[in-house]
Amino acid sequence: MMNCLIHITLALVMPPLLLGVIGKTKAAFAGRVGAPFLQSYYDIFRLLRKGTVFSSTTSWVFRAGPVVALATTAVAALLVPFGAHPSPISFNGDMILYAYLFALGRFFTMAAALDTGSSFEGMGAAREATFSCLAEPTLFFALITLSRLSSSTNLTGMLSNVSGGAWLYAGASLLLLVGGMFIVLLSENCRIPFDDPNTHLELTMIHEVMVLDHSGPAFALIQYGASMKLFVLGAFFVQLALPFATGNPLADWGVFICSMLLLAIVIGTVESVMARLRLVRVPQLLVAAIILAAFSTLLVIR
Amino acid sequence: MALEWFAPSTLIFSATLVAAFSGIPSLLSPPRLAARSQLLSVILMLLASVTGLAGALASLVTRHSTLFQLTWSLPFGPLQLGIDPLSAWFLLPIFGVTGCAALYARAYWHADRHSASVRPLTFFFGIMTAGMAGVVLARDAFSFLFAWEIMALAAYFLVSTEHEKPEVREAGILYMITTHTGTLGLFVLFPLLYLLTGSWLFPSPLTLTASPGLPSALFLAALFAFGLKAGIMPFHIWLPSAHANAPSHVSAAMSGVILKIGIYGLIRTLSFFHGVPLWWGCSVLLLGGVSGVIGVAFAIGQHDLKRLLAYHSIENIGIIFMGVGVALIGQTVGSEPMMLLGMAGALLHVVNHALFKALLFLGAGSVIHGTGTREIDLLGGVGRKLPVTALLFGVGSVAICGLPPLNGFVSELLIYLGLFHGIQADGGGAVAVALATPVLALVGALAVACFVKVYGIVFLGSPRSDHHVAHHEAGWQMLLPMVLLGVGCLAIGIVPGGIAGALQYASRSVLPDVVGQGGLLLSGVVPLMVLTVVSLLLLALMVLLGWWYRRLISSSTGFAPTWGCGYQRPAPRMQYTASSFAEMLIGLFSFALRPKQHRPDKMKGLFPASARFFSHVPEAVLELLYIPVLQELYRRFSGIRRMQSGILQQYVLYSLITLILLLAASYF
Repeated sequence: MMNCLIHITLALVMPPLLLGVIGKTKAAFAGRVGAPFLQSYYDIFRLLRKGTVFSSTTSWVFRAGPVVALATTAVAALLVPFGAHPSPISFNGDMILYAYLFALGRFFTMAAALDTGSSFEGMGAAREATFSCLAEPTLFFALITLSRLSSSTNLTGMLSNVSGGAWLYAGASLLLLVGGMFIVLLSENCRIPFDDPNTHLELTMIHEVMVLDHSGPAFALIQYGASMKLFVLGAFFVQLALPFATGNPLADWGVFICSMLLLAIVIGTVESVMARLRLVRVPQLLVAAIILAAFSTLLVIR
Repeated sequence: MALEWFAPSTLIFSATLVAAFSGIPSLLSPPRLAARSQLLSVILMLLASVTGLAGALASLVTRHSTLFQLTWSLPFGPLQLGIDPLSAWFLLPIFGVTGCAALYARAYWHADRHSASVRPLTFFFGIMTAGMAGVVLARDAFSFLFAWEIMALAAYFLVSTEHEKPEVREAGILYMITTHTGTLGLFVLFPLLYLLTGSWLFPSPLTLTASPGLPSALFLAALFAFGLKAGIMPFHIWLPSAHANAPSHVSAAMSGVILKIGIYGLIRTLSFFHGVPLWWGCSVLLLGGVSGVIGVAFAIGQHDLKRLLAYHSIENIGIIFMGVGVALIGQTVGSEPMMLLGMAGALLHVVNHALFKALLFLGAGSVIHGTGTREIDLLGGVGRKLPVTALLFGVGSVAICGLPPLNGFVSELLIYLGLFHGIQADGGGAVAVALATPVLALVGALAVACFVKVYGIVFLGSPRSDHHVAHHEAGWQMLLPMVLLGVGCLAIGIVPGGIAGALQYASRSVLPDVVGQGGLLLSGVVPLMVLTVVSLLLLALMVLLGWWYRRLISSSTGFAPTWGCGYQRPAPRMQYTASSFAEMLIGLFSFALRPKQHRPDKMKGLFPASARFFSHVPEAVLELLYIPVLQELYRRFSGIRRMQSGILQQYVLYSLITLILLLAASYF
C-alpha cells in the first residue's frame, strides 16, 4: 500500500522535474546558468491561472484533446513498474494496454490539431501519425523479447526479470533493445534529434506545432501530460537499461529516482551535442530502431 | 409443447423465413402504397432481426445444439440443417446488423425519393439476410452451396441498385465474376471433402486427420474460396468498388456480415481437422498480416470515404485471419492458451468488426445524405451540422483502431495475448508469431493515422467546398441504428466479461481439448474483470479532469480565428487536406501502393499561370497484376471462343456430347 502511494505520488509530482534537469544540462553545456530546476512547475502553474482563447473553428474535440491525453498517460503510469517495485495495476496483457493508451491519447491530440483547420497543425498531426507508426513495431519487438526472456505476459513480470543476471545471459539482445528503445523514447517524446521543443519555426516542428492553438489551462495540461509521458516511457527504458535492485524498498525508490534523473541528464546531453535531423531523415532513423529491435528478438528466439 | 415454440431453433428458422419474405409487400405493392409497404417490409425485417437475435442468444446461453435432417430424392443424399455454437455466434452479427441496416434504409432510401429502386432493394435485402443465415445453418454441401449462391446473387443485385451509373455497373460485374470464381473453389472443396469422408454431409469437428495430400489440397481450396469471399489480400479486388458503390446500408451489411460468412466457411472447414501442420497456421497468419498492413496502407491513400472504409474491412479481415492463424499454430505446438485466445480473439473480432464497421458505413451514409458527396477532400466541418453523427462516427473510429476502452481493443488484446503465449514455445511457430506481433502493432498504428485523417478532415475544421456544406442532421430512423451499434461497441469494450461465457463456448466448440476437463477457461488466461476496472478508471479520470478543466476555463474565455502564424487572410481551402495528411505514409508504402501523381509543368516566371496537381492511389493489385495477366490469357485463348456461338441448341448439344463421353469413359 505504501509503495502504491509512493508510486502514484512520484508519477504525479516528479515528471516536470525531468524537464528542469534536461534544461539545466543543456544550459551547462552551453555555459549558461539556465532556468531553475523547478521552472517547468512554475510554467504549469502560471498557465493554469491564465485565461484561454479558443479558435472559433473548434468544437468539443479540441477541448477534449488535452484532457484525454493526460488521462491516458496517467492510467499508463499505473501500469508500468517503477524500478524494482511492481506496478499498482498488473495483469496479463497490461503491456498491450500500456501501448494502446498512448495511441488513444495521440488520437485525440491529433484530432484536436485538425479541429483548428490550420494547415500548420495539420502538418504536425500528419508527422506525428507517420512517425508513431514507425515507432510502434520497435516497442512491440522489445515487448516480445522481454516476454520470451521472462516467460511472462505482464509488464511487471517482464521488467523485473531484467537484472544483472539477464544482462550476462542475453546481453547482446538487451543492448540492441536499449539502442532501439532509446530512439523510440526520443521520438515519442519529440526530443532532439526528432523535434526541437524550443524551435520557433512552425514548418519544422511536430508536437509543438500540433498544440499551437492551445492556450492557458489547456496548454498547462498538455505540458504536464507531455512531461508525464516522458516519465512513464522513461521508467520503462530505465528498468531496461539500469536494472539495479538493492532489496531494500526505500533504497529501491532512491535508485529509481536517481536513474530517472540520470536519464534526464543523458537526454540533455544528447540534445546538447546533436542537431535536429532533417525531416526526411527521421523515418530512416526510426526504421533503424525497428531493425535493431528485430535483431534482438531474433537473437533470443533463434 | 408450448415450450417448443420458443426453442432457439424455432426462433432462428422462423426469423430466417420472415427475413426471406420481408421484401414481398414492397415488391408487390402498387406505386401509391410504396411508402407504406416499405414500412411493412422494414417492420418484418426488424421482427426477423429481434427473433433471430433472441434465438441465437438463447442457443448460446442455454448451450442448445440441434440437427435436422430432411431426406429427399436428389442425388446428393439427405439435407441437413443445424444450430451449433459456431453458427449461433455468426447469427448474432447477421441478424443484428441487417436489422439495424433495414431500419436505416427506411429513411436513407425512402420510397418517395427512390420509387423505382426501392422494391428490388428491399426484396433482395431480405433474401440476402436469409441466404446468409442459411449458409451458417447448412450442414451439407448441397444446402450450403444453395444458400451461398442465393446470398451471392442477392448481394449482386443490391450492389447494382444504381445501375444507371457506369461505375456501379462495373463494380457489380467485377463482384459477380469474383464471387463465382470463389464458388468454383467451393466446387473443388466439396468433392475433396466427399473423397475424404464418403458423404456430402459435413463431418463432425476434429474427425479428419490433416495429413498431406487430399487434406492439404482441401485446405488450399478453402483458403481460396472463402478468402475470396472474405476479401483477403490478394483476392480482395472486388471489395473496394462493390462496397463503395452500393447504398450505404447495403455496404454496412456487406462489410459487416457477408465478409464474415467467408470467415465462417474457413473456420467451419478447419474445424473438421485435427493435428494440423505448421504451414497451415503460418500461411493463414501470413495472409492475415499482409492483408492487415497493405489493406490499411491502401485505405490511407483513398479520397473516397466509403472506399476508404472498404479497405479497412480488408485490414480487419486480416486481423481476424491472424487470430485464426494463432489458433492453428497453437494446435500444432499443443498450446492450449494460444488456441483459445486466437480463436476467441478472431470470433470476437468478427462481431466487433460487424458492429463498428456497420456503424461507420451508416455514419458515412449520413454524411453523404447531408452533404451530397463521398469525396473526403471536399468535406470539412460536418460535425457542426451533424453533431450526433459526428459523435457516433467518432466512437466507431476509436473502436476500429482497437483503442481502449472500446470493443476493438478487447479482441485485439486476445489475439496479442495469443501471440505472446506463442513466443514461449519453440521452433518455427515461435518465429512466425514473433514476427507477426509487431506487424499487428503496425496495423494498429496505421489505422490510428487513417482514422484521425478521416475524422479530422470530414468532421472537424471548416467546410472545404461551398457546394458540399452539411445541411441537416439525419432523422431518428437513421440515428437509432447507429446509436444501437455504438452502444454495442461501448458495452463489449467496457464489460467484456459479459460475453466471455458465450465466446468461450463458441471457441471451444471448434478446438481440440488438450488439457481435458472441458479445457482452459478464458478467464484463466485473460483478466476481463480487471479490464472493466481499468476502463472505468480511465473514463472516470477523463470526466474528472474534464470537469476541472471546464471550471478552469469558465472564468475567462475568448474566441478568435485560428492562429495563422501571422498570415492575415486564412481561407478554408488552405486547411490541410486528406491527401496532404496521407502523403508521407503513402511515400513510405509506395512500393505496394504505386500511387499516381500528376504534377504541373514547371512553373516559370514571376506570374505563373494557374496549375493543377492531383494524386491518386489506384487498386494496384487489380490494375497491375490481374488485368494484364487476364488480358494475356484472353489473347491466347481467343481461339476457343469460337465454341461460344450464343446459340442455345448448340450448348445443349455440348451437354449431350459431354454426357455420352462420360458414359463411355465409365465403361473403360
